[in-house]
Amino acid sequence: MPDFMKMRRMRENLMFSMLRLAALVNVFALFSVCAFLVWNGLSALSWDFLTEVPRNSMTEGGILPCITGTTLLALGSLAVSFPLGVASAVYMHEYAGGSPFARYIRLGVNNLAGVPSIVFGLFGMSFFVIACGFGISLLSGLLTLAVLTLPIIIGTSEEALRQVPVTLREASFALGATQSRTIMSVVLPAALPGMLTGGILGLSRAAGETAAIMFTGVVFFSRQEVDSIFSPVMALSNHIYVLASSGTEIDKTRPLQYGTALVLVLLVLGMNFVAVVLRDHLQKRRGQ
Amino acid sequence: MNNAPARREVLIRRILAGVAGCSLLFLTLIMLFLFMEGLPVFAVVSVSDFFSGMYWYPTAQPPEFGIFPLLVASCAVTLAASSLAVPLGIMTAVWLTEIAHPTLRRVCKPLIELLAALPSVVIGFFGMVVVAPLLQDLLDLDTGLNLFTAGLMLAFMSVPTICSVAEDALHAVPSSLRAASLALGATRWETTVRVVVPAAFSGIGTACMLGMSRSIGETMVVLMAAGGAGILPRSLFDPVRPIPSVIAAEMAEASFRGEHYHALFAIGIVLFLFTLAFNLVAQYISEKNRRVLR
Repeated sequence: MPDFMKMRRMRENLMFSMLRLAALVNVFALFSVCAFLVWNGLSALSWDFLTEVPRNSMTEGGILPCITGTTLLALGSLAVSFPLGVASAVYMHEYAGGSPFARYIRLGVNNLAGVPSIVFGLFGMSFFVIACGFGISLLSGLLTLAVLTLPIIIGTSEEALRQVPVTLREASFALGATQSRTIMSVVLPAALPGMLTGGILGLSRAAGETAAIMFTGVVFFSRQEVDSIFSPVMALSNHIYVLASSGTEIDKTRPLQYGTALVLVLLVLGMNFVAVVLRDHLQKRRGQ
Repeated sequence: MNNAPARREVLIRRILAGVAGCSLLFLTLIMLFLFMEGLPVFAVVSVSDFFSGMYWYPTAQPPEFGIFPLLVASCAVTLAASSLAVPLGIMTAVWLTEIAHPTLRRVCKPLIELLAALPSVVIGFFGMVVVAPLLQDLLDLDTGLNLFTAGLMLAFMSVPTICSVAEDALHAVPSSLRAASLALGATRWETTVRVVVPAAFSGIGTACMLGMSRSIGETMVVLMAAGGAGILPRSLFDPVRPIPSVIAAEMAEASFRGEHYHALFAIGIVLFLFTLAFNLVAQYISEKNRRVLR
């Protein structure tokens, strides 16, 4: 009998070790990617790399246009998707509840979240670039990204609204405030930090996206300054892809590729880190 | 008494409803435009030739639009990725909810979320310049850019998805179930496999579906690490050309509204339907589960 018990304990220990190993593999994967990029990319990083334009048919110089392009695309897409997403979440959580219309919208949001980014790219090309006539431009790119990040914003905003206690709303109603007044002055301020977390996540997703902007907003090289929303831009993600796979001198531009990848990863992980810290802070405040 | 405030409330409600309808509108527009631009290809090639044709030579004269090898490639990389990512993702989720010390859990959970945040182009780049040469030397292959490398990289992209959805499901299992099992003398491991995991089974199923949907639709990784040969793979180490990489690689060269252009949209439809099916199954499972739990 004790032997049987011992065997069960042993099996438990063995299995738990395997589970620990599985978790370790994930952490290892994250660290190996980051360590590799830092190791190889750090030497390419310099002030000039960040502030100069590419020179000598992309084999030298910096990546300034890519940084501004990615920033414009990501911020622009957020400027469109954040208001849309927050308004959708407010409607679904504060007004519609379980009505059939809300159920259809939820179905739409859930499926939109699962559409592959390359399909967003096809859609953006046929709709924004051609049908709307925006051409391959910053505007087409950021609108495509806005549609792509909309489900993320809606999901996190709804979660933030869910965290606002019902008693706050009831107190506001009891004071005679209308529903819209309650939402504007009570619910939204309480939910805003949570929504901002979602906004940052959407921003980081948009900054890292490649396939959706390939045929809608970016070009590999543009001599022209970005002077309006109708001019095409360069982007970090696309820059890495083109340099690494179809550039003219792939080996010669290796340091540039590492450097660009490192900048993109630092940008994206930095944003995610801020979002996580913000969320942790919120959870702690709520716990008190 | 005037009822202007009441009218304003109704107006605000309607405006918000209109905005909320945008997601549905976008989804409809995506389908509409995919079909509008994709269906004309079937004037050139029959539906059965399209799906069963063995050759994808869109620029040959006359062009051939057979997507069978591409379909097989997409399914093969997804299968390869899932056979790694599903066990790994579920095991990590179980570790996070059942075993990990709360402090360790607070550190590791954000790390796994960060893994999800890595841009796909960076993962593809890593696969291309690190994993591929490594495998090529290690196994003495013709090329390191193959089905296996792509599957491995895709697995790392879908593990965080699977892990976080499965974790939610495990978290939702009432702790009274665990307590009851432990009180009967079961070890923690026995409680985990025989009580907790079966109770969260449907949520874990949803997680797997979403992970697979992510793998099959992922573009940059397969574009950079799968090798891009439009042949039927004979082994795990053959280069392949999955659907998303075809669209990404060829769209720039396709002439506007030519046959090739329409064909690329048509395979876009196929990809869209694949992921839609995965997502609908995932939603169906989780919806059904919610009713059972109530």
